[in-house]
Amino acid sequence: MANDWRIRNGRIIDPVNGIDRVGDLFVRDGVLVESPRDLPDSTREVDASGCWVVPGLIDMHVHLREPGEEYKEDIVSGTRAAAAGGFTAVACMPNTRPVNDCRSVTALILERAREGFARVYPVGTISRQSGGETLADFGEMRDAGVVAVSDDGLPVWNSQLMRRALEYAGDFGLAVISHSEEPSLSRHGVMNEGKVATRLGLRGIPTAAESIMVYREIALAEYTGRPVHIAHVSAAMSVDLIRRAKERGVPVTAETTPHYFTLTEEAVEGYNTNAKMNPPLRTEEDRQSICAGLADGTLDAIATDHAPHSRLEKEVEFDLAANGIIGLETSLPLSLALVRDGVLDPVGLVQCMSVRPAAILGVPGGSLSPGEPADITVIDPELSFDYTEDMVVSKSSNSPFLDWRLQGRAVLTMVGGRVTFELRATD
Amino acid sequence: MSTGYFFSHRHVLGIDHLSSDDIQYILDTAESFKEISARPIKKVPTLRGNTIINLFFEPSTRTRLSFEVAAKRMSADTFNISASTSSAVKGETLIDTARNIDAMHPDIIIIRHSFSGAPHMLSRHVDAAVINAGDGTHEHPSQGLLDLMTVREHKGKLHGLKIAIIGDILHSRVAHSDILGFTKMGSEVHVYGPATLLPPDLEHLGATVAPSLEEAVRDADVVMTLRIQKERQSDPLIPSFREYAQQYGVTREVADLARPDALIMHPGPINRGIELMPDVADGPRSVILEQVTNGVAVRMALLYLVMGNS
Ligand SMILES: [Zn+2]
Repeated sequence: MANDWRIRNGRIIDPVNGIDRVGDLFVRDGVLVESPRDLPDSTREVDASGCWVVPGLIDMHVHLREPGEEYKEDIVSGTRAAAAGGFTAVACMPNTRPVNDCRSVTALILERAREGFARVYPVGTISRQSGGETLADFGEMRDAGVVAVSDDGLPVWNSQLMRRALEYAGDFGLAVISHSEEPSLSRHGVMNEGKVATRLGLRGIPTAAESIMVYREIALAEYTGRPVHIAHVSAAMSVDLIRRAKERGVPVTAETTPHYFTLTEEAVEGYNTNAKMNPPLRTEEDRQSICAGLADGTLDAIATDHAPHSRLEKEVEFDLAANGIIGLETSLPLSLALVRDGVLDPVGLVQCMSVRPAAILGVPGGSLSPGEPADITVIDPELSFDYTEDMVVSKSSNSPFLDWRLQGRAVLTMVGGRVTFELRATD
Repeated sequence: MSTGYFFSHRHVLGIDHLSSDDIQYILDTAESFKEISARPIKKVPTLRGNTIINLFFEPSTRTRLSFEVAAKRMSADTFNISASTSSAVKGETLIDTARNIDAMHPDIIIIRHSFSGAPHMLSRHVDAAVINAGDGTHEHPSQGLLDLMTVREHKGKLHGLKIAIIGDILHSRVAHSDILGFTKMGSEVHVYGPATLLPPDLEHLGATVAPSLEEAVRDADVVMTLRIQKERQSDPLIPSFREYAQQYGVTREVADLARPDALIMHPGPINRGIELMPDVADGPRSVILEQVTNGVAVRMALLYLVMGNS
């Protein structure tokens, strides 16, 4: 059956084309078209009244765990979770087993993604085997399909290597994504350094561990003139550094995640391993700075850092527990709270969750222009639901938001005109 | 003992969770038990038929022995399990271990663990009452309580005192429990040590960070020195033990700045000549051995109270 759709009566928000109005959207053969003129009689309809119709959401930072740790997540289950969260595309980090530092791993990921529920953009490593010593083969990986490079999960401690990565990546049009962490400052730390860590007797990670590296990346980007993207910004000091760098024209972009603008270090109380992540949850002051950074565009994108872990990695002593939480299914509801709180307007939200991720990665999407593949997310911004363990689509359920009442979610996700998720039946 | 009071805790995980009424009641109970250890026959039938497991993931002869003596004086059956934290690496998690032990239906599990929060996790997975015998750098509530008991015996009160705690606060779960305990009971706690060994936001726990060793100790009612943990020097926290002894060690001169009747305390074992000079440690104002005696009484009280509450 042809992928022909008429999405009726939604609030169409398409910042790239300057559109924010109620109307209908048309899809012919999986491609967005201007008018209903050419649509056949068999065209299916979606009633989107009361909903937002936006360019498909893009999560530029997820961990799909395949190859190597499929008991936590695989490409099919991870993209199914993405679709359920309203995402039509995800960029997956290379810290799999083996790491994605060569053509064969990239090819495997793309092959598996063909069965998936979202577009998958692999990220290759910066260094061979993420060992931090020598550059990986950027050209070969680009040819195989990676869109960016990062040693995410590990910092690039060697400043010379980072400089060379920025210089060399430019030759291949690859974004360089920095996991900013100064390892000698963060070593042994398991949560934010501060009053909660002191009370719980847990070793702290100071905000300076992140911000020192953020500044290093800014200095290198400024010096080389090559762009750098800062992953998962958590600290006020980092937001401030990025803001000032942007003011003087340094090519730096940055993302944050819903947990950094929703939670603080207090979530660790009771040694809750579902609140353990790297960088760690920070203070209320940091949280507010993250919101301010999103509001003024210092932080370009909202990503999830979706990091599935099984119970084996989380039902252990806090010190031993793995870092990271899942986020694909909660990102949109938590980000919609920013709209209700006046931090972002709906257009700003679409910028952070679709337009800018596409631009930073240099991938298609981020707009509803006629002629583009129909990657569309329909959002009911009011719909309330309880996020319970039995509704988790991901293979893992390591989320600090379990049993939260959330408001707003995707009700329909469409990739190239194919419905990958729908909450309620379409007509 | 006060009437109408009810000890409401099933587990004793930290002084953080105890109210000043709880602490008062525990100390009163401990005092009434202390006399048992002075009898010719040092045994009462209070906990006869109860099973107590000492689950120690970290070596500690002193605390384990103290709990064991306390349990035996109350006629409980005790079992010691020394487990290695590395058993987690070998595949058995703490929860596995806990469930296995719990399947033998012990009444109380006393746990010592090198990771903060391990007793809290254990308490969520077992039916037995859990007593924290020291977790990571978090708390050591029974040690904190025995310090409070020792001070109360000598000073007749726990409010309005100046307590000086000197040394490695960062790694000391005893210091954490002491700070929480003494401040809850209305005393002031002044801490001092190298900045590298003071965790951030100590004020949040209720302590005042003193500007100098002398300021911390001056007019103190109690001078508590902490063990410098030789095994925790992977980070460059102090330049050398010699430097530490010279700059932060409590000498006779320093101790004399405290009130004439000040108590000298130490959770032990002491590095004599490093954090505490021998003449002070063994001097007339030292109550270090009384702390050990009171440790048994406090632990008897804790065992009794958690059993009464299950
Ligand atoms: Zn990362």
